[in-house]
Amino acid sequence: MNTDRPIRLQTENVGVFYGSKDAVRNVNVSFRSNTVNALIGPSGCGKTTFLRAINRMHELTPNTRVTGKILLDGQDVYGSDVDPVDVRRRIGMVFQKPNPFPTMSIYDNVVAGLRLAGEKNKVKLDQTVERSLRGAALWDEVKDRLRAVGSSLSGGQQQRLCIARALAVEPEILLMDEPTSALDPQSTQRIEDLMESLKQQTTIIIVTHNMQQASRVSDTTSFFLVGDLVEHGATEAVFQTPKDERTEAYITGRFG
Amino acid sequence: MVTRADSANMQVGISKTLSPARRAQNTAAMVLIGLGTLIVLLPLFLILKDLFIKGFSSLNLQFFTQSQSEITFLGSGGGFLNAIVGSVMMLAVALVIGVIVGIGTAIFLTEYREHKLVPSVRLMGDVLTGMPAIVVGLVVYGLVVRGLGFGYSGIAGGLSLGLIMIPVIVRATEEVLKLVPQTLREAGLALGLPRWKVIMSIVLPTARSGIITGVILAVARVSGEAAPLIFTAFGNSFLTWDPTQKMSGLPLAVYRSAFEPSEAAVARAWSGALVLVLAILVASLVARFAARKR
Repeated sequence: MNTDRPIRLQTENVGVFYGSKDAVRNVNVSFRSNTVNALIGPSGCGKTTFLRAINRMHELTPNTRVTGKILLDGQDVYGSDVDPVDVRRRIGMVFQKPNPFPTMSIYDNVVAGLRLAGEKNKVKLDQTVERSLRGAALWDEVKDRLRAVGSSLSGGQQQRLCIARALAVEPEILLMDEPTSALDPQSTQRIEDLMESLKQQTTIIIVTHNMQQASRVSDTTSFFLVGDLVEHGATEAVFQTPKDERTEAYITGRFG
Repeated sequence: MVTRADSANMQVGISKTLSPARRAQNTAAMVLIGLGTLIVLLPLFLILKDLFIKGFSSLNLQFFTQSQSEITFLGSGGGFLNAIVGSVMMLAVALVIGVIVGIGTAIFLTEYREHKLVPSVRLMGDVLTGMPAIVVGLVVYGLVVRGLGFGYSGIAGGLSLGLIMIPVIVRATEEVLKLVPQTLREAGLALGLPRWKVIMSIVLPTARSGIITGVILAVARVSGEAAPLIFTAFGNSFLTWDPTQKMSGLPLAVYRSAFEPSEAAVARAWSGALVLVLAILVASLVARFAARKR
C-alpha cells in the first residue's frame, strides 16, 4: 500500500439505517489520495449502501439515516454547516447503468455540471469538454460529433461519457457503483484501463461484484459481509493472505 | 416437416375438438362483446352525424368574421366571432393558471415525495377532479365576481376554466414525471447540482413531450365547458379582446343560441358546436403527434 500518500477520506463508526434496519454498521476505514479502492462482497452486503453514504445520496430516500462521521480532508461531510450540494460537487459518482441526460448532446452532457452551476465562458467549457473526454478515453471517438445526443453512443461509450461528465467538475473523489456490470468485456477492459490513469487526478472508490476486477484495478480492497466491514487492506494482501476466514471463503469462491 | 398449411389444419383441428356447448358459449360471448361495442359507438356516431349535417349546412365565412351583435333584427347575418375570440382569450387565461399551478403541484407531489403535506395535497387534487364544473363556476362567482368585485369578466371565466384544468394537468404531469428514471435525478445531484436545478434542467426537459400532451388534453377538456362560464364570464354578443369585460365563449354561445326562438340562431348553434368539436379534435391530434415524437 502507498502509505506515503495522505489520507483523503476517513470514516468513523459509519452506520446506515433504512428505517430501523441497519444495513451498514460501524465502518472504520480510510482511503489515501490518488488510489483505487475496491469494495467487494456478496449482494446485499451493504457495499453500495456504504458508497452512497459517502456523497450523501441517501438523503433522497425517505427514512434513511446515516450515523458516524465521514471525513473528507478532515471535515465531516455530514457536519451541520456543510451543504450536501458542496459535498457532491467534491465527490463525484458514476452509476451502475450508464445514464447520460437524454435531452442533451455529448458536449452538453459533459459540461452539465459546470454550465448548470453558472459557468458561461465558452473557452473554458470547450477546454473542459476536451480535457474530460480525453480523461475518459472517449475524445477520439466522439470529437467529430460532439453535438450528437449522448444516447446515440454505445453502452460502453455512454459509460465513459458519464465518467467524463463526472470528471468535468474535477471531483476530489470519484465513487463508482459497479460501473462495468452492464457492459461487455471489451468496454469493461477499457474502463479498467482508464482507472489507472484516472487516479493521477482523483481518488477512486469502486464497488464491484467482480473479484478479478478488484484484484486487477485496486490498491486497497474492503470486504463487506451483511453490513459489516470484515477486512480492509492492500489488495494483494487481502487476496493472497486474507486475515479473516470469511474473506478467504469468499475470495476462493466458497460462497457469494 | 410442418408446412404452413399443416399448421393451419392443426388449428382447425383444435377448434373442431371443442364441444358444441363450448362453441355456443364462445359465440354468445362474441355477440355480447360486439353488442357492447356497438352500444358505445352508436351514440357517438349519431351525435357526429347530426352535428356534421346540421353544422355544415349553415357554416359560412360570416360565422367566423362577424359577431352575434351583428345579427339583424330578422335573425339573419352575424356570426360567432365574439364567442371564438372569447374562448381563445379565456383558454389563454386558463392555460396560464393551469400550467403554472398544475405543473408546479405535480412537481411538488413527485419530486418532493417525502414532504409531509404531500398526502393532503394529493387528496385535495382528487377532490378537485370530482368537482362539478358548475360548482367551480359558483365558487369563482362568490369569491372573484362578487367577493373581490371583479364583476363578470373574461378573467373570471378563464379562472374557473383554469381551476378545472389544474387536476387534469397535475394527474398527467405526475404520471410523466414518474417515468423519468430516478438515476437521471441522481446523476444530476451527483454533479453537485441543487435539487431545483436538477428538476428544471434535467427532469422537466426529459418529460417535456408528455407534459405538453397532458396540457393540450386538459385544454381540450375544458374548452367545451359552458356551465362555469354562466356565472363568471356571463356572455357578450359584442366582440371584445379585453378580458376585464364580460365575454362569451363558444359553448356558452351554443347553449344560449340553441334556446332562441329563431331558426337561424339554432342553425348557428349547430355550427358553433361543430367548430368546437373540430377544434378539440385538432387539439387532440396535435397532442397525439407531440406524444409520438420522442
